[in-house]
Amino acid sequence: MKQRFALMLPLLIAATPAAPLAYTQLPDAAQEARARALMETLRCLVCQGQSIADSDADMAGDMRALVRVRVAKGEAPGAIRDWLIARYGAYVTYDPPMSAATWPLWLAPIALLVAGVVVARGSFRRRPR
Amino acid sequence: MKVRWLLWVPLVSFVLLFAVVASGLWKPADRTVRSALVGTKLPGFALPPMVAGKPATTGTGPARLVNVFASWCVPCAAEAPQLMRLKAMGVPIDAVAIRDTAPAVQQFLARYGDPYARIGDDRNSAVQLSLGSSGVPETFVVAADGTILEQHVGDVRADDVDRLAALVRGAR
Repeated sequence: MKQRFALMLPLLIAATPAAPLAYTQLPDAAQEARARALMETLRCLVCQGQSIADSDADMAGDMRALVRVRVAKGEAPGAIRDWLIARYGAYVTYDPPMSAATWPLWLAPIALLVAGVVVARGSFRRRPR
Repeated sequence: MKVRWLLWVPLVSFVLLFAVVASGLWKPADRTVRSALVGTKLPGFALPPMVAGKPATTGTGPARLVNVFASWCVPCAAEAPQLMRLKAMGVPIDAVAIRDTAPAVQQFLARYGDPYARIGDDRNSAVQLSLGSSGVPETFVVAADGTILEQHVGDVRADDVDRLAALVRGAR
């Protein structure tokens, strides 16, 4: 068994360099800022708790490269996000669109605020001076 | 004292919350990210060939399996015998090699067998991302008209072989 692992060791060490734009910023600062803002809202699919901007996984690097290449081509960040959602579902974004599954998330704060106002009004009226 | 039942609201909400958390303990959520493209057409792509003497995988072809793999991936080595079985059953298998080099792939094929009809060199995972694949190995069942019938996440095991072969045969 030990021998088999020793044989596999050279295979475990990936020899390929990271994608060109995985760790390199775009020369245009405005484009880089747009790419960066988008990257912070995209989920790394390997390490699912991190954004691709924070993650050091190889796949996150490839996703950063994809975002930077497309932003450099002039594609809108929203279109890049939609392209990824079409392939991975809304799970890939930390800024989920309103849908049948997510509307309570969006509406609950408003409902709680309204409930709070009603409760506050009630308690202020109860003891008039 | 009309609102006496309101006293029970906190306890009932706690029990409900406890039930939600407990159900997560007994039955953890499936965190596998699946491709949203299953049921739609395989996107077109053009890759350079990975090894000499073997054409590159393209977006078109007969009913087949498209195997996303890498020579550095241990489960890919584990599934190799099953892919060899599928090849022996006459199932065409195309491959997309992720973040790999020609010598490493050649060494991998020499050691574990070569079940592939075509291999594409996807150095920056561009095609992997366009397929909605989130890791290696993954195997897509693609019909002759390009429809993705199924995405198999993880290594192909011995008991998956017959089902995958039947799916490809049915999609000719």
